[in-house]
Parts: sequence; structure tokens; C-alpha cells
Amino acid sequence: MKARHKLVLWVVVLYLAVLGAAAALGVVLGAGLPAADQETLLRILGERLPAMVFVAGILLFVCAAAVKWLFAQYVTAVRALAEQTTVVAGANEALRVNTGGAREVAEAAAAINRLAEAHHALRRDFEHRARESGAQLGEERNRLAALMSELSEGVLVCNAEGRILLYNEQARALFGAGRGTAVAALVGLGRSVFTLVDREQVAHAMEKLQPRVNAGEAPSSTRFVAATAAGRLLRVRAAPFVDSGGEAAGVVLALEDVTGQLGQEAARRGLLRALAAGVRAPVANIRAAAENLASFPDMAPERQARFVEIVAMESQSLTQKLNAALRDYADALKANLTLEDMRVLDLLGVARQRMEATLGVSTELVDVDETLWIRVDSFALVQALAYLGTRLRDEFGVRALRLSAHKEAELVELELGWTGASAAHDALSAWESAPMQIGPDETPLSVRDVLERHGGEAWLQTAGAGGAKFRFLLPAVEVAPAPLRAPAAPLESRPEYYDFDLFRGSSAATALQERKLVELTYTAFDTETTGLEPSAGDEIISIGAVRIVNGRMLKNEVFEQLVDPRRPLNRESMRIHGIEPRALQGQPDIEKVLPLFHRFCEETVLVAHNAAFDMRFLELKESSAGVKFAQPVLDTLLLSAAVHPAQQDHRLESIAERLGVRLIGRHTALGDALLTGEIFLKLIPLLAERGVLTLRQALETSRETYYARLQY
Amino acid sequence: MTRKVLIADDEQNIVISLEFLLKREGFEVLVAGDGEAALQMVAEHHPDLVLLDVMMPKRNGYEVCQRMRARPEWRGIKIIMLSAKGRDVEVSKGVSLGADLYVTKPFSNAELVAQINALLASA
Repeated sequence: MKARHKLVLWVVVLYLAVLGAAAALGVVLGAGLPAADQETLLRILGERLPAMVFVAGILLFVCAAAVKWLFAQYVTAVRALAEQTTVVAGANEALRVNTGGAREVAEAAAAINRLAEAHHALRRDFEHRARESGAQLGEERNRLAALMSELSEGVLVCNAEGRILLYNEQARALFGAGRGTAVAALVGLGRSVFTLVDREQVAHAMEKLQPRVNAGEAPSSTRFVAATAAGRLLRVRAAPFVDSGGEAAGVVLALEDVTGQLGQEAARRGLLRALAAGVRAPVANIRAAAENLASFPDMAPERQARFVEIVAMESQSLTQKLNAALRDYADALKANLTLEDMRVLDLLGVARQRMEATLGVSTELVDVDETLWIRVDSFALVQALAYLGTRLRDEFGVRALRLSAHKEAELVELELGWTGASAAHDALSAWESAPMQIGPDETPLSVRDVLERHGGEAWLQTAGAGGAKFRFLLPAVEVAPAPLRAPAAPLESRPEYYDFDLFRGSSAATALQERKLVELTYTAFDTETTGLEPSAGDEIISIGAVRIVNGRMLKNEVFEQLVDPRRPLNRESMRIHGIEPRALQGQPDIEKVLPLFHRFCEETVLVAHNAAFDMRFLELKESSAGVKFAQPVLDTLLLSAAVHPAQQDHRLESIAERLGVRLIGRHTALGDALLTGEIFLKLIPLLAERGVLTLRQALETSRETYYARLQY
Repeated sequence: MTRKVLIADDEQNIVISLEFLLKREGFEVLVAGDGEAALQMVAEHHPDLVLLDVMMPKRNGYEVCQRMRARPEWRGIKIIMLSAKGRDVEVSKGVSLGADLYVTKPFSNAELVAQINALLASA
């Protein structure tokens, strides 16, 4: 009931009650009087009627005033209190109720305000903590991503379905074709790891581990070798991880490129085979000739001379073959799989640190060539240096050591020098064959063992007055290895290499059509073409695309490829896309590019602006390229029309302006794809406001819009 | 009756030694420088034994051996394969293709002569 009606009702009720009470009093009093008195009374009352009406009027006024006052003090104030409390609870926590009214109401308001204050404080504290832990989590994840990018191994982390939820740049490089972004991008968030590594291999590895996981043991890892599409061989170490309930939650794959290692092993086998085969024939010739010479001393002199000639000739050929084999396979001989390439400067840095910390001697670096690289077991070599330092300190009282390094032909010469005491010349030969002992640490290895492992030599050299040095010769590494490394990027712009929300992934559980728009994976794409009529022979000259996963556009997971259209470009189209015919020379044709693009966008929903146009071009090439784009397609033009039906203009630029998306890199396929993706992300919440939440709803809405526009 | 031995090898330096050795041992010696020539010589002269090198131009020793074993009238001809390839797989291949003996280089002259004599005696 409205307040006003209630007020009127109260006034009427009170007034009638007062009048009724007066009338009843009159009737009761009058009923007890004799009839004559009653008559007299009625007459008197009849005469005073105007006065009574006046008094009744005043009474009405008084009643109304009283009710109104009470109403304002209690009813209106309580109502306002309720409304204001609702606002505080729902919308504006900072608001404090203040309604006036009776003292009791004011007290209630004060109590409510105290409650609101406490609630507000609690809420602020809660939000602060949530923000803090969120930031901490984000920071930890960023740190994790940063650490991953520093690893020399490739790392992929997948959920139980095999969807990648974390990877590092090295993993991408390992699976890449080594050229172009198109194939490299197949390592991406939310993508299936099974397109990269054979499903059976991973499943087999997991099965091997399952009994141990079931037995409650800490799951360990298993290894296998897998080949990539580009022909690399990867050693994969797979380790499952379990969630708090003990269920397998996913798997971590550590990847190492062993193509080179296996190649070196093959080279060594080749060396042995080449030596065996190459040596047999000349040796056979020599032996046969020599045995003839020995067995038949009576042979004619000219024949004898011929056999001697054969021996001389074949010995020479043998020498050449041996040298050639050793030269050809030099790298294979040098490579020792347990050795690592290391910068000499770094090695000496570690050695210094070790000596100063454990021996208490001072060290300095002198004349170290910073460009030198060496192939070493750094632990053993540092240990050898420290061991020699120990002996020098203990037996000759040497307290200061000098380390230097320079290049000597194909070798690196390391020097451990000192002044003050010259060690006896045979010191090294005694020291180098003894087991190394530094303080309490003892190893069965000797300095000689370490030298042999490295293919090196060492000797003692006295350097004039009261000083000497140990010289180590070790094989140098030709070229400094270029480690696979993600380009260094500041933390805030670090590309998106992880998405832990994918842990919750349940794509299999719900049919694609019924899944929410916000949680689907999309490929926003655009094509540039020679013209507008595919049926008249116009062709695609460029495809650009970007992935959208869990509502984020992954700007480092893009596809960009020019295509040779095998037909001349016309001037008008060149004005739009700005691609020169020269740029298309030597580019792959559409039959090569379309399968790559198909792989890039598999298992995603396609998003394009005026998608019908691009899809027409793709569909015409499907059969010749041997692929089919069967996934659902969303059109930002139709979705925009659905969200803003009153607008007439749904060009990409206009929508961008309306939605506040910046225009950059227009009219390149990738630029437009990025723009389309960004617009699509802005459209999702606007669609949600209209109740369009699932893919099916979005497709239906698009259809309706489409028909609506056609009918119009 | 003097026995005929065909030496099929393209390496002059071993041919000279083998030819000298076998002549001194009393054999009639024929020489072929490649696989084609070897088959031709077998057809023309029908030797008692062939010393067959594996790596030869035109047809390699394996092919020559296989072709010889395909002809029934040549079944009695002994074949010794001489080769610088000494891996197990190569030896079994030669024997499987019908060689009576597979000798890897280098070899001892005296042993080779003994093996030739033994093979011819068993015929």
C-alpha cells in the first residue's frame, strides 16, 4: 500500500473512532435521562449544530496533524531506513543511513550504521587480502614462466586431457620447423600435446608409471625418444603429477634435442666402419705381396721389385686413408657426451670461488681471453685445479694463485701460476696420479684421469725467479654454442606462456555448442585476396590469425603467411592490401599453406569479420588442399549487428571505434585478425547482457540477425 | 690335369700377388677386372674355382655369385669370396648367396692356398 493511502486511512480510522466515541458517550449519557430531558438535550444540540460541526472539523484537523506527525516520526523514517540499508548492503557500502524521525528510529539507524561500518571494514580487509594473494600468485606464476624460459630444456605441462597449460620458448623452438612462425605456433596454450608427441608414446609412458603412483610412491619420470614433424629427435622425459586427491592431474614433459648427439654417435660408428673397410684392402695387398716375397726368394728380380713397389704404394695409401678418416670424423672423436660447452671465463670464475672458499688462498685472473669456449666436465676440472692448489698450499706454502687462459692453435691453454716457491719438477707427476683430496672430500679420480677424459695434457713450467706454473692444454670448442633462448622481455610484457585455468578444462564433458562463449578457444583470422570474386578466379594472397584462449588473445601465438596466388595482382587490390607482386615470389602456394593453417586452427571456433567472404575462399580450396574446415564460425559483423541493432554501420573500423578498440596495423591479414579478435572479446560481455551465453545461442543470434538483415 | 682358377678383382695390386702365388702353386690362372668380365670368363673357360672380390665395378661380387649359382651347369665351380667388408652380416650374405667360403682381407697367402686346395679336393 502506498504511504499516502496508508496515511489517509489512518486519519480516517482515527477520526471515525473519535467521533464514534463521542457519539457513543452521548448515547450512553442520553439513554439514562428522563424523556423530557432528552428532548431538551436534543433541542440544545440541534441549536448548537453549527458549533458542533466546527468542533468536529477542528477535531479532524487535530487527528490528521497527529497522525501525520506520528507517521513522519515512525513509518516514513523506518521506510527510509530500510531503503538506505538496502543501498548500503547492495550498492554503496560507504553510505551511512540518516533518516531523522523519532529517537527510537535514530537509535536503530545508529545501530545499523555501526553494523555497516563493521561490515565495510571486514569487506575491505577481505578484498585487500584477496588482491594481495592474487598479486602474489600472479607474481609466482610470472616467476615460474621466467624460470622456465631460462631452462635449456624445452618444457611442456599438460592437463589430464593433454592440453598444454604451460610451455617455454625452447619447447616451441624444438617443435618448430626452424623457419617462419606458422609451424612454430603449433605449441600453444590449450592445444593438444598429442599433435606434437605421439599419443601412444605418452600413454605408454604414463602406464609404466601408473603402478608406482597407485602404490603411493612418489611418481617419477620415464623417458622416450620422439621424432618431430621437422625431423628432430627429442629425448622426452615425462613425469605425471597428481592432484590433492591422488588422481593424475597432468604430465610434465621435459624435452631435449638429441638429434646432434645421435648424429655424433652415428658418426663414430661410421668412423669405425670406414677404418675397418678402408684399411682391410691395402693391408691385404701388402700382406699378399710381402708373403710372396718371403716365400719365394727365388723369384725374378723384376717381379721382386714389383712386389716391393706394391708394399710401398699400399703403405702410403693406408696412411692417407687413416689420416682422412681421422680428419673427417675429428668432431665425432672430440665429442664427449658427458662434457658440456662452457665459457673459459666462467669456468675460471667457478674455480676461483672454489679455491678462495675452501683453500683460503687469494686468486686473480690474468690475461683471460673472454671469447674462449671449452668442452669440459666443469666439476671435475675445477676439482683438479683446487686439488693442485691444495698441494701447493700445503707443501710449498703458496697463498696466492694466478689463473689465465689463452688460445694456442686449436687448443686452449689454461695456466695455474704462482710466485714465491718453485715446485720441484717432478711434483706434478706425483700429484697428478694420486687420488684427489681436498679437505675432507676425496674422489678416486686423479688429475690424470680428468686430463684423459678431456683429451688434455698438463706439465709444470718454471718461470724464472721463484715462480712456476702448471700449464693445461685442452681442446677448444670451435664456435660458441648459441643456446636456444627466448628473447629477453621485461616482466610485464612477458608473453603468455601459461594458463592454469586450463586445469579446469572439461571440453569433453559438454558439447561444444553448449559451452560458454567465454571459455571456448577461438582462432580469429583474416585473409587478403587478389579480388572480391573467388568464383571468378580470385585467390588468397595472405592469411593471418591469432588464438584466443580463456578470454585472452595470445599475441605470440599467431599465424602469418603470404601465399603465391599463381596469378597477377591487379592495381585496385594492391591499393588495399599494399602487397607487392615481388613479395609473393617464392612463397608457398595455397595447397601448402592451407594444411598448415588447418593445423593452426584445429579444435577452435573460427572468428572473422564478414566471415562468409573468407570462408568462401577457404572452402573453394578445401578439396585441392585436402583439408576441411568443419568447425563452427562466428562473424563479428553479425554479432555486432545483434548487439547494436540500431546502428547501420558494421564495418570493422566503425565497430572498433564504437567499442573503443585502437586501430593499428590495418589491412594486413594479421593486423585485421588481431583487430577482429579484440572486437570479438569486447562483444562477448555485450552478448551476455542480451542473454547470449553459449556458442549455440551466439550462432542462433547470428542467424536471426542475418535473416533480419536480408528481409530488410 | 691343371686346375683353372679365375681371379675376379679390380685391384691390380692384389691381382699381381694372387696371380703369382697361384701360378707358383701350379694352377692355371685367369684374371677378370670386373663383374661382367668375370661372368664372361666363367662362360668361356669354365674354371674350377673363382676368387671373387665383393667390391668390383659393373657387377659386384654378390651379383656375380648369385648369377653363377643360378646356372646348374656351373654348380660344380667353387667360389671363394674375398672382401674388405668383414662384418657378420656381409659374411652371411655371401654364404647365403652360394659362396663356398668367405675370406676377409687381409688373409694369409699360405692359408688361402690351403683353403683352395681343400675345396678343390672335396669336389
